Amino acid sequence: MTTTPHDLDAIIAAVIEELRAGAAATNGREAPAATGSTSVPAAAPAPAAAPAPAAAPATQQRSGAAPPVTHAEASGRFTGEFGIDLPDPTEPERRHALRVEDPYDAEGLANMASTTTARLGVGRSGPRPRTSSLLLFQADHGVTQDAIHGTVDPEVLERFDLFTVTTRVADREEYLLRPDLGRRLSDQAKADITERCTKSPQVQIVVGDGLSAAAIDNNLAKILPVIEQGLSAAKISLGTPFFVENARVGLMNDINDIVGAEVIILLIGERPGLGIADALSAYMGYRPTAGKTDADRDLICMITEHGGTNPLEAGAYVVEFAKRMLQHQASGQELRRLTADDA
Amino acid sequence: MLLRTKLFGTTYEFASVKEVLAKANEEKSGDRQAGIAADSVAERVAARYVLAELDLQTLRENPAVPYEDDEVTRVIDDGVNEAIFREIRGWKVGDLREWLLADTTDGDMVSRVSKGLTAEMVAAVTKLMSNLDLVLGAKKIRITAHCNNTIGLPGTLASRNQPNHPTDSVEGIRASIYEGLSLGSGDSVIGINPSDDSTGSVARLLEMTQEVIDRWEIPTQNCVLAHVTTQMEALKRGAPMGLMFQSLAGTQKANESFGIDVDLLDEAYDMAKRYCNSAGPNYMYFETGQGTALSADAHYDADQLVMEARNYGLAKRYSPYQVNTVVGFIGPEYLYDSVQITRAGLEDHFMGKLTGISMGCDACYTNHARATQNDIENLAVLLSAAGCNYFMGVPMGDDAMLSYQCTSYHDAPSLRQALDLRPIPQFEAWMEDIGLMSDGKLTAKAGDASFFLQR
Repeated sequence: MTTTPHDLDAIIAAVIEELRAGAAATNGREAPAATGSTSVPAAAPAPAAAPAPAAAPATQQRSGAAPPVTHAEASGRFTGEFGIDLPDPTEPERRHALRVEDPYDAEGLANMASTTTARLGVGRSGPRPRTSSLLLFQADHGVTQDAIHGTVDPEVLERFDLFTVTTRVADREEYLLRPDLGRRLSDQAKADITERCTKSPQVQIVVGDGLSAAAIDNNLAKILPVIEQGLSAAKISLGTPFFVENARVGLMNDINDIVGAEVIILLIGERPGLGIADALSAYMGYRPTAGKTDADRDLICMITEHGGTNPLEAGAYVVEFAKRMLQHQASGQELRRLTADDA
Repeated sequence: MLLRTKLFGTTYEFASVKEVLAKANEEKSGDRQAGIAADSVAERVAARYVLAELDLQTLRENPAVPYEDDEVTRVIDDGVNEAIFREIRGWKVGDLREWLLADTTDGDMVSRVSKGLTAEMVAAVTKLMSNLDLVLGAKKIRITAHCNNTIGLPGTLASRNQPNHPTDSVEGIRASIYEGLSLGSGDSVIGINPSDDSTGSVARLLEMTQEVIDRWEIPTQNCVLAHVTTQMEALKRGAPMGLMFQSLAGTQKANESFGIDVDLLDEAYDMAKRYCNSAGPNYMYFETGQGTALSADAHYDADQLVMEARNYGLAKRYSPYQVNTVVGFIGPEYLYDSVQITRAGLEDHFMGKLTGISMGCDACYTNHARATQNDIENLAVLLSAAGCNYFMGVPMGDDAMLSYQCTSYHDAPSLRQALDLRPIPQFEAWMEDIGLMSDGKLTAKAGDASFFLQR
């Protein structure tokens, strides 16, 4: 017996229809209207053993602005009342919803929670956190893991015509284990940079994945044009930008031993914080070379559209820093010492 | 000194006691980074065979850093009880392991022998112990200490209320303290890691925490985990302090990178005894962690377990109320994943107890370590079974200032409930008195920070 794909679709649709009818009967309640009032889990019946839940917080209700589209509806196979279509729990109003049942002073609790970024008012069931509090934590940790162990989208690199080189690190595991190897260019990288890069520019821009691929994916397209255009407008010569995989900040020294720029700008992904996985840092140094440390560098950190410095704005800061470094022929503590009198 | 064994027909030879210790160590990324780890699993076990035959006298004579060169070595060696050492100096490390685990050896006997041990002996026996050995070995050693309450009693598990805030907002920290107290966290200490290490800011946080303690008559103590010199300055200005804190490292050189030495710690301890407002007699709080000496390039080719044991030997000089390892904070280049973090947590707790100090654990991890919240919950269960004195309590385990994850305010009550443990007795009586606990469980009012807006 053979079945065509078309037959299979029909069979699957029929089975789903049957299951749905059965489920609705079991639930013993009228199926919600197809126009979009499907319930979110907060309103589902509580397990028999659990205490009756308090009224779900308003933030857990559907906003009602737009009718939900279920996967099934979107695929056009069938329409119906089943489907779960949740609002984003990481949006501020849901993220900061208070989950304490029957608090002594709800307004006071809200005021207290607003004074800190710590996760307060998360509630409990027995001694454990509420389900929504637990899942939000897992979501926030999840994006950090995806960012650290992810790779930068090649399209982002192609868009800016960045060629890719690597450090002495073999893979992501070694990158995490051996920070020293991430601060050194591979022999191939040295050869590629020697061959492809303009030497002795005023400013060399380098992009590195660091500890967050998402930082590059989400911010590069905004920050890089601002920096390039800002520097070009000031008639500052730019080197040939490129991308370094498995990069650490100390790499700036190795790179400049080849390109001989006055200023190196390294845009590199930061170690993700919980819930903010795409923060980018811009490290800048005047004539970096072996032995230069963070004390010789300037830094703009937390460049992200998620609660940090906006990448467009940060790009403008980077341009200003680069101009000042060129003017004073210094960076880091030395630059601060030289410019202290200006302030 | 000949240090050699055959294993499966292959000969393994080691150049020094230090090399035997390093290669016998359980796999740690920090030891590998330092280039001192065993090259193969077989070599690791071969090193353990040799280590099991080393006697305690030899270990005393071969500290990680020579007596003449390092004050941490001197503090530990000078602290050895010579009468007890004479009794045990001929014991081999393998014998010490079996003696510790024997049913005929009780906690008092261990505490007596521990007075004759140096850090290298403590680390050596730890390397021969499996994870369950470490649980069982630690379980029989109860170390209690008293500040305003008694930590470490059998059947109890305490929790440090760690209400950190990215900019030290007094209101924000107070709000977190309330949430923690409402879940039964705070019996070990209300202890803040400050973002601003200035004396004024530290004094302000000490005053606010003291005010909360006074208003609610909480049987606990406060602490702001600034550099010890900042706390000394705050004490001189009259700030109310229950416990004095400092981070420790395992060599004189590594401690220099922390801006401390034994003279300074002696002075701090003396000030704490004279100016802390708590009952005592234990006034000090220390934090440690495997890998700190290596990160300061001050490990002298010794492994990170030996270095950690030396922290505890140094801490013991100051009869601390509590000491905890911050076990996963340092990052994957020292402890790579949950397997290594779990092992290190069990080792550190056992070594602290064997050294004779009141030991807890900050079971934690950073976002670039191969670990999740499940892994540190597992570690907390293991350590609770091992009789750990306390854990951290942080809002949902997510520290808003230090950007790492550790145990939640929820975890102490959960562990107590799962393993039939109680808070520190004075603290539980207080929880019952204000209506947040009943018969060892949280009441319906618990878990609500706004409960504390009543007074």
